[in-house]
Amino acid sequence: MTKIESAKQAKQDSSYCEALTELLYQLADDDFIVSFRGSEWLGLAPHIEEDVSFSSITQNTMGHAVLYYQLLEELGEGEADVLAHERPPEKRRNAIYLERQNGDGSYLDEPYYDWALTVIRQYLYETFKKVKLEALTKSSYEPLADTAQKVLMEQTYHLAHWKTWVWQLQNSTEEAKTRLQSRLKEAWGEFLDVLELGPKANDMEKHQLIVAESDLQKKWLEEIKETLVVIPAEPLQKNNGSGRNGEHTQDLTQALATLSEVYDQDKNAVW
Amino acid sequence: MKQDHKQIELETVLKKVDDPELPSVSVVDLGMVHEVKTDNKHVSITMIPTFAGCPALDIIETNVKEAVEQVDWVESCDVTFSFRHKWSTTAITAEGKKQLKKHGVAPPPESYQPGEEWSVDCPYCGSLYTSMENVFGPTACRSILYCRSCRNPFEAMKPVIDYSAV
Repeated sequence: MTKIESAKQAKQDSSYCEALTELLYQLADDDFIVSFRGSEWLGLAPHIEEDVSFSSITQNTMGHAVLYYQLLEELGEGEADVLAHERPPEKRRNAIYLERQNGDGSYLDEPYYDWALTVIRQYLYETFKKVKLEALTKSSYEPLADTAQKVLMEQTYHLAHWKTWVWQLQNSTEEAKTRLQSRLKEAWGEFLDVLELGPKANDMEKHQLIVAESDLQKKWLEEIKETLVVIPAEPLQKNNGSGRNGEHTQDLTQALATLSEVYDQDKNAVW
Repeated sequence: MKQDHKQIELETVLKKVDDPELPSVSVVDLGMVHEVKTDNKHVSITMIPTFAGCPALDIIETNVKEAVEQVDWVESCDVTFSFRHKWSTTAITAEGKKQLKKHGVAPPPESYQPGEEWSVDCPYCGSLYTSMENVFGPTACRSILYCRSCRNPFEAMKPVIDYSAV
């Protein structure tokens, strides 16, 4: 395999560069939106220890998004801050399921958030993130392989945390089991979008940026089967569309408006 | 001034630059300084970031640059963070561990397997009788524990080791 060592070298092959850019946007935007939804739980998590844990995980995950935006910056896509704050929804490549609101109501008003949704979403996502990262450590693009190794070393704590929640809740009361199960069923109807690499999937594989989509999906399914007691019988779907194609819902518009509110007031501010 | 002397002088300066979140623990003893290069009056420092979500990195960069630029013969200094080399808690020096303890933070356990539970001695009384309260703490790199002997809550640095994907 030919290793590509720098952004400069990557840019010499336009097909390689396009597939790489697409992959980086997916990685960055997924971590970015999932950590934003996580941050909305601050002060609302089931107990204070969870507030500490979840906000730490969220801060770290946002740090991972920053690493990918920086790789995009090196490829000439623009400044990391601008990529995070100013891209309109149709330019975003995150999966739709990850942008979904935490529940009814809003953070400042009456947040009737659903912990079962969050536990299932975080668990399924972090498991897939691990599978993807393991594949990315062997990526032909060395700066990405290095970043993936770095993230993988930190992410192990995140996954362990959500695994604990799933394990404890599914061995808990009937109500806990029912609520988890209904959110899992819901996730099953949308999660295929998370598991896909979008229109450039074949190029990503061809250029050995990451392994085939089907390999990732198979590995993810094997991993979750080790923790989840019941797995839905139906095939995985993407009922709300494909975020990898830039399709998104109102939930993303809301998230971006909230997230960029302060940034938009003074774009030149130095933090 | 000879090259060796320059390096020694710079190392002495860097040993005085503390992590902003861990006063008394220098960036050198945390294992963050990877390479110091000098080219006449210019210094280039490559550093290894600790946790990706660490908000202190920008402050560390500024502090290192300012400290080095105060050396007589130095005209300019640039600092870059590299992900080519992985920071892990095994990079913390013996001095670093000693200073962490003084600050009430237990150094990370010596032999850690990723994903497994771990325990550390109390940094105050040295007791082994401690319990994990929260793997996550006030910063990405720390956990919260409790000593059942001297009844102090304390923090410990999370073990992070380099491991290969299966």
